[in-house]
Order: sequence, then structure tokens, then C-alpha cells
Amino acid sequence: METTSAKPSLFVETPTARRRPRWLRSDMAIAVLVISPSIFAVAVFIYSFIVWSFFISGTKWNSAIVDLTWVGLDNWLNMLTTDRFQTDVRNLVLYAAGFMSQCIILGFLLAVLIDQKIKGEALFRTIFIFPFAVSGIVTGVVWRWLMRPESGINLIFQSVGLDFLKSPWYTDADWGILAVSVAGAWQFSGYVMALYLAGLRGISMDIREAALIDGCNTFTLYRRVIIPLLTPVTFTAVVLTGMGSIRVFDLPAVIGTGAAFGTDALAFFMFSLTFTSQRYALGATIACVMMIFSALLVVPYLRSTRREAEQ
Amino acid sequence: MTLQKTWPRVIIYLALVAFAAYYLMPVYLLVITGLKTDAEINIDWMWRLPTGIHFDGFEQAWPKVSANFLNSFLITVPSAIISAIIGSMNGYIFAKWKFRYSNTIFLAFLVGMFLPYQGILIPLVQTLQFFHVYATLPGVILVHCIFGIPLTALMFRSYFAGVPSELLDACKIDGCGFFGIYRYLMLPISLPAFAVVLIWQFTTIWNDYLIGLVVLSNPRLAPVNVAVQNLAGTYTTQWQVQMSGALIAALPTIIVYLALGKFFMRGLLAGSVKG
Repeated sequence: METTSAKPSLFVETPTARRRPRWLRSDMAIAVLVISPSIFAVAVFIYSFIVWSFFISGTKWNSAIVDLTWVGLDNWLNMLTTDRFQTDVRNLVLYAAGFMSQCIILGFLLAVLIDQKIKGEALFRTIFIFPFAVSGIVTGVVWRWLMRPESGINLIFQSVGLDFLKSPWYTDADWGILAVSVAGAWQFSGYVMALYLAGLRGISMDIREAALIDGCNTFTLYRRVIIPLLTPVTFTAVVLTGMGSIRVFDLPAVIGTGAAFGTDALAFFMFSLTFTSQRYALGATIACVMMIFSALLVVPYLRSTRREAEQ
Repeated sequence: MTLQKTWPRVIIYLALVAFAAYYLMPVYLLVITGLKTDAEINIDWMWRLPTGIHFDGFEQAWPKVSANFLNSFLITVPSAIISAIIGSMNGYIFAKWKFRYSNTIFLAFLVGMFLPYQGILIPLVQTLQFFHVYATLPGVILVHCIFGIPLTALMFRSYFAGVPSELLDACKIDGCGFFGIYRYLMLPISLPAFAVVLIWQFTTIWNDYLIGLVVLSNPRLAPVNVAVQNLAGTYTTQWQVQMSGALIAALPTIIVYLALGKFFMRGLLAGSVKG
């Protein structure tokens, strides 16, 4: 068949094609061969590295000199009683609460507003999503100045007579991390809006009209029909924002400079332990904690998307 | 469609404009600060418009970030192109050459994509040091290409899954093999997918901070975001310099977004696995 090819194909014309052993002549074998370097790279650079990180977290390697003596759960137990680790887990909960709720509420609200057959839809969409094209570092630099206690947003509040809204923002020793979540949500809520907008566009007009004929007012239509129909989108948004909360690094790195642990995050603690203090085993322990938290979100998420795909 | 019966249209537009102002507020601050003279820099006047167009901030920031700005291009452009090429091959195989366990392997790719980078940082540094590519541009490009494998495979797989299998069969009858089908059928029709993936990878890699910080410990080779963070640490009071540096670092991705927003949007939705 290959010799009677009507259309020249790269493969037929090379003389080596004929000399290939029989098992290689099958296109399927070629496909497997072509993809195997990628499989190898993912297996080594992602999966074996993860296993290696877990291994390091059980060793004594807490200085510049590699020492892989096995100490079991020592680093893990040590970490559990470390103040900074406890603060960071608390900060993660606060950040996640602030970041996820802002992203989901803002994202949904913006999507509903944009879905009202408005003029200039493309313009508004562009404005709301554009922060996602900006890096975490740039976002952090700008918001650090916007949230300066003696300037920025507080200055606006002051000039319009809303002094009671003035806030210490990220300089607050207890709640500073919530200020960081404001910057994070500014960056990511447009993405959530795009997800919701795609979801809303997928709900047919018939369903909405039927609900209205059945006597739903706008509020009940959204509460009883549209929001339940958008549950898969909300699930996606929860998983993506949850994972964003676990791995947040750039924003606390920029905004939190100087402040105590009020704006600290697990990723930042992991970085400074590992690459500044060279306490590799302890750094690996935090990395593993972060991976476990993420896996708790990713596994059910991929399961559900897979089930949907199979249906 | 539904709100308009109860809510006057004006309220919808007012709300949209208010939100737009919120999202644009940081941009306004970035731009006006960059255009002020040093004498106009005062945190009490943060929101005031500049008296004229000056480039004091940019003139001070540019020499500090220009080398890193170039580094970012040298890292981002090859990484995006190579990972798009690898991704198109992998996506083609995952979509159209399903071998035994290919779905399981694809799922394993996705799980890997979602786990935080911190989990692999220490072994990554050890490995790169072992092969003497730590703190080099080829090393960081390699890292970006490898970590781009799952997402680019996902994006191309979704795109190629939409190509009817009858077309592939027709190609086979015409005598095309694995590469022939790719060359004459899949590649020509996948240009939009290439645009989406290239833009997505360009934006992600340009905006990266963690990999650049850890893998390129050499400050001369660091990408622009690392330099901007260093500016923020050293020029603590001269915030016009920080802001101008940040604006310079943000420009390439903003320009790509504004010019090619349609492709960017598609990448956005594909990235959530639903696409």
C-alpha cells in the first residue's frame, strides 16, 4: 500500500522506511515511539521527583552537605510544632477563604452582568480578564502601593469621607494575608468570570423561559435554576482557586516584605528554608504537605471530569 | 436577558463601569506614576495626574531591568515554540493513536500538571546541577518545556479530538502513515491550536517567577520578574522606579493579550480541563 501512495508522504519516500523491522512498520508503534520521550520526561521530572521529595523529607539532610540518613517522621513532627508552620497553615485557610470567595462571587457576578446582552461586551470582558495576563510580581508591586496604609486606597477612602473603611491592609499582623488575597483575586477573578460566562452561555434560553413562565422571578430563577445548573463550573472554580491558594508564592513574596509572618505562606516558608537556610529535609516536608493538600483537590476533580467525559 | 425585566439597564451599566474602574485602578496608578517627574513622587499625591509627560521613572528602571528583559525573551520564545511542537505531536497521539494505557498516561499527565512545583524543586535543582545545566538558559528552557508537556498535550488533544476519524482513514487510503497524516492533515488544520498554545505558553513562562528564581540563581541571567522583585526590594522608597519596572515587565504579555485576545480566551477555557 505504501508504494502505491497517491499522495507523497514523508514516510514512504525515505529509503529506510522499507528496511524497518516488521514491528516498527506499524504506525501504532511509531506513535508510541514518538510519545515515549515525553512520557519518560514526565515520569522522571514529575513523578520520580515527587517520590524523591517524599524520601528527602524522611532524611537528616538539613545542611549544605547531603546527608540521606533515614530519620522517619522526625521532620514532619518537627514541622507540626513549628510556630511559623502553624501560622502558615492558618494563613492558608484565611487566604483560601478570602481568595476563593472573592473570585467566585466576583466572577459569577461579572459573568451575569456581562450575559445581559449589553453593549460593549467585548470591551468589558477584555478589561476583566486582562489582569490574568499580568504576572504575580507585577500585581504584587502595584497592590503593595495601593494598600500602603498611609496612601493608596486609604487615601481615596479619606477623600470621600469614608474614613471608617481605612485599613492597615497587609501591615496587620493577624489579618494581613487577607489583603494579599485582594490582590490575588484582582488577578484571577476574570478567569473565573470566563468559566462562568461559558457556563451561562451553555444554558439554553428555553430553560430560562420555562422557569419564568412557571412564575419564577429573576431572583428565584438564578437561585433555583441557574446556580444549580452551574454547579460543575463552581466545582471547577473551587478546585482551581483552592490550588491557587495552596501554591501562592509571588504575591506574599512581594507584598509581604518586611511584615512578620502576617503575610507568610507555605510556599514562601518552603523556599526560604530550602534555598536560604539550606534545610532541605524540612523544606521537602513542607513541599510534601503542599502536594498532599493539592492532591485532595485534584483527585476528586479529575475523577469528576473523567466521569463527565465518559458519559 | 432575564435581569433586564426587573433591573433597569442603567444599573447594569453602572455596575459594569464601577467594576471596570476597579480592575483598571492599578493600571492607572502604574501609568501615571511612570509618567511623573521625581519631584512629583509623593505618597500624598499618589492619585494626582502627572503635570506632563516625563519618563524619569522609566529612565531609572530600564537600565536595571533591560538585561533581564532580554533574558526573558531568550527563555520564553524558545520554550514556547519547542513545547508547542512537542505538544502538537503528543496531542495528536493521545487523540488519534490510542495505544494500551494511553488514557491512563494522559490522566497521569494531568495530575502532574496540577501539583505544585514546590514538590519537585529540590530534586530538580539536584538533577540540573548533576548535568551541569543549573543556572544556565538551556537548563531553564528545558525545565519550562518539560513542565509544559501536560498542558500543551491537553490543549492539542482537545483540538485534534474534534477531527473526524473518517478524514484520517481517507489519508490512510491515500497511503499516508503516522507522519503523513500529521504533515498533510493535522498540522495544516491545527494552526489556530498552535496560536492558542503559543500564546498560553508565552504568557505563563514570561510571568513565571518561581522557576526563574530557583533555577536561574545567577542574577545576570534572571528573568525580568525576578529583576522587578529585586527593584522592589532595593528601591524601597522610590516607588516610581518599581512601578516603571513593573510596567516594562508587564508590557509584552499585555500587548499579546490585547492583540490576540481571542486565542488567549480559548486557552483560558482549555486550561481548566473542561475544553
